[in-house]
Amino acid sequence: MMKKSNDLLIQGVAKVAVVIILTFAVNLFVSGHHFPGGGFIGGLTFASAIILLFLAFDIESVRRNIPIDFKILAAVGVLISILTGVGGMVFGKEFLTQAFDYFYLPVFGKTELATAVIFDIGVALAVIGTALTIIMTIGDDR
Amino acid sequence: MSWLHVMIFIPFIYACLVPVIHKRVVPTIHTGWFVLAVPFIIFIYLISYISRISKGEVFYSTAKWIPSYQINFTTYMDGLSLIFGLLITGIGTLVILYSIFYLSKHREALHNFYVYLLMFMGAMLGVVFSDNIYVFYVFWEITSVSSFLLIAYWYERNRSRYGAQKAMLITVFGGLAMLAGFIMLSMTSGTTSIREMIHQVDTIQENSLFLAAMILILVGAFTKSAQFPFSIWLPDAMEAPTPISAYLHSATMVKAGIYLVARLTPIFGGTPEWFWFVTGIGLLTLLYGSVNAVKQTDLKALLAYSTISQLGLIMSLFGLGSASLYKGLSVEESSLYAFAAFAAIFHLINHSTFKGSLFMVVGIIDHETGTRDIKKLGGLMHIMPISFTLTIIGGFSMAGLPPFNGFLSKEMFFTAVVEASKMEIFHLDNLGILIPIIAWVASVFTFIYCMILVFKTFRGRYKGISSDKGIHEAPIGLLLSPILLAILVILFFFIPNAVSNWLLKPAFASVLPTLAHVVDDKEISAFHGFNLELMMTIGVVILGIILYLLLKKWYKLYLLYPQTLTLTNFYNQILDSMERVSNTITKSYMTGYARDYLVYIFGFIIIALGGSLFLFKGVSINTSQDAPISIFDIGLTVGMVICAVTVLISKSRMTSIIAVGALGFLVSFFFVLFRAPDLALTQLVVETVTTALFLLCFYHLPQLKKEITKIKFKAVNAIVSVGVGLIVTIIALAANGTHLFDSISVYYEDSYKLAGAKNIVNAILVDFRGIDTMLEILVLTVAGLGVYTLIKLKLVKGDNDEEV
Repeated sequence: MMKKSNDLLIQGVAKVAVVIILTFAVNLFVSGHHFPGGGFIGGLTFASAIILLFLAFDIESVRRNIPIDFKILAAVGVLISILTGVGGMVFGKEFLTQAFDYFYLPVFGKTELATAVIFDIGVALAVIGTALTIIMTIGDDR
Repeated sequence: MSWLHVMIFIPFIYACLVPVIHKRVVPTIHTGWFVLAVPFIIFIYLISYISRISKGEVFYSTAKWIPSYQINFTTYMDGLSLIFGLLITGIGTLVILYSIFYLSKHREALHNFYVYLLMFMGAMLGVVFSDNIYVFYVFWEITSVSSFLLIAYWYERNRSRYGAQKAMLITVFGGLAMLAGFIMLSMTSGTTSIREMIHQVDTIQENSLFLAAMILILVGAFTKSAQFPFSIWLPDAMEAPTPISAYLHSATMVKAGIYLVARLTPIFGGTPEWFWFVTGIGLLTLLYGSVNAVKQTDLKALLAYSTISQLGLIMSLFGLGSASLYKGLSVEESSLYAFAAFAAIFHLINHSTFKGSLFMVVGIIDHETGTRDIKKLGGLMHIMPISFTLTIIGGFSMAGLPPFNGFLSKEMFFTAVVEASKMEIFHLDNLGILIPIIAWVASVFTFIYCMILVFKTFRGRYKGISSDKGIHEAPIGLLLSPILLAILVILFFFIPNAVSNWLLKPAFASVLPTLAHVVDDKEISAFHGFNLELMMTIGVVILGIILYLLLKKWYKLYLLYPQTLTLTNFYNQILDSMERVSNTITKSYMTGYARDYLVYIFGFIIIALGGSLFLFKGVSINTSQDAPISIFDIGLTVGMVICAVTVLISKSRMTSIIAVGALGFLVSFFFVLFRAPDLALTQLVVETVTTALFLLCFYHLPQLKKEITKIKFKAVNAIVSVGVGLIVTIIALAANGTHLFDSISVYYEDSYKLAGAKNIVNAILVDFRGIDTMLEILVLTVAGLGVYTLIKLKLVKGDNDEEV
């Protein structure tokens, strides 16, 4: 079992850093379509933020505050990706055909909406779920 | 996409909802009530097609799946698949209704039961409505898997697990053989659609792979339909709850093999090999099943062997019918032989009705008395009169007596075998007479076990089974489904021609499309005058009654057969020795030390990659197009070397972890230098996460101590590590120096136009190579779950053969 961390310095920095990393992770994910980033990196960055919490505090308190079963999260991610693929078949296209188009939305103006983003959400969730499952199981092992 | 696609997927989608529904309604309402609607709706949907199908229409619809590999989800509905579809959903409805009263909502894990059942139903519908052989195969294997899960439904029982494993091993073995056969078929015909293959019969039959493909596919069909010698899984599958035995292991899944044979008759039929394999194995199974059924004392085992025997009967009829496609026959002869296939389809429906109801009645007896042992049962006639009547209807139909549907198809079976004995093709001259003889002998045994089933259970002395509760007739809910089936058994006897016109003739047209016209005027009637067939039936009845009455005298003959020579014993021994051998092999190299495994892995890399480099002369180093080496490159490389060496010589684990981390970060600087921001980002994050993982593991690891190891061990390590380094370096240099084909990067440059994405890397990941990514995250998730289970499972030291 991990020793209970008591380092105030790390905890103080982590509290601020986690917010920044999480924002960065979301930014990476969203910008992935046109700029460096994407589901995989976004997901992994997201996971690394939570891992920082593990290191700074301890697994128990993090689990109390984020009561998510990451195994299920990973499975949901894979399901989303596969269902995006099936979605193409429903419209008479091949499996995993992605579509995109441009729409005029209020506030955002001309916006591109792509099914690939939904697929990418699945990727991100699968990565977050798996990374945290592995790390929590190993870290938690007595 | 068509409604048929939707219908195939409704059971799967509904299966996802069942656990949610189960959690809400139990124990107030039985979960089964909510599932009942699914097969019923599909049944109604399929019924609406009967009139159009009987006019000769077929329905065809394609949903693109992986067109680049010719794998499309094409549904195809004709007479044959419609009959199966109706059986699957019709009997499915009745079985679910029956299960509502059979399985207790308080004690049983109903959500599992109905999820598996719906999974099976969807897969089975997929099998019969798929035109693409690969899609067919996928659904075929899902039926094996769901059958496995259902047999092992009471998984705490040892016998259930044994039966489930046996069924799984045998049917999946057959499935893989069938896949190989399918691949050969699609190679020779150049298509993956069964319909298109039928148009290319000549090309396929001339190909040298023809025989191999046929045998492999037949192995698949025979394992699934429990044909000799693969039949041994079916009796053990009886460990499943009775509704499942009635549904999967008598009415539907075991008929999938027969469906496959019928479906491929236009492709393989008319050749002597097909005729001999299908007919021969069918007749052998018929005899084997009926002879073995007589000696069973467990009612369900008796029914299992009788199912094996009846499946053999149907199989042999399809074999006999395939003779009509032989090229040298006159039109009259062809049409004469073709009737066998007609009889096969008719008996297939009849078997599902009477066997389904018999299984359900046996389930009722088990449910009410607590035993299925014939020796303990008896005298139930007055206590359970309705069950008795149902058993008589089902049992007499199976024995081939009027006025039940089994009589009609049994007569047609006799006609077919008598005709077959007159065949002058396929070298039948002397052997031909054996066909009716085997059929007749098997029918005598069939008659005997039907009598055992009916009279040993219900007549005789009531033996007062040691159960506290008083035995009484089952509630009406349990009786409803077998009653409906029994009504059909009688109804089909009186209106066979309606059944024939609506269902049998269109199905016949899909089995033997070229001979569809010969049954146009076919009338099924119960009485044809005093011909040979009727005499055969009368002979069966007389001899059957005599042998049944004398059963005690000759029953001992069964005991003479040595137990060591049974098929099950062979199966067990093969399994045992396989386990032993693989255990020895595994033990010989699985030492339990990670460092040994690393040596295996890296040694393999050296041999495989280095070997192929050497064999294919892949080493050609061309530095003419390299970019100039900058000062940054040199600096980074030096830094990396320092890090690597630090790992080697450091005395503490902490230093090593930090050095490994630093090495990773330096690699990501390289990516920055070469303007690959995505890669650099990924590498950075991966490195961070793995370092954190190391730190988490750190607590578990022992102090790094100076290990005293042999020089030999160190030498091996040194050779392996230098070897891998060398090979990887050579590959990296050679990859830059050789150009086997043009770069494909041009295609991806249009990513903005093609995928609407300016980021090429991401467009490749989620769009161009989406299927790779999908499978990668699947593997990733499975690996994560693997880590989780391995750590959480934690076998106790010394537990079994597990040494940590």
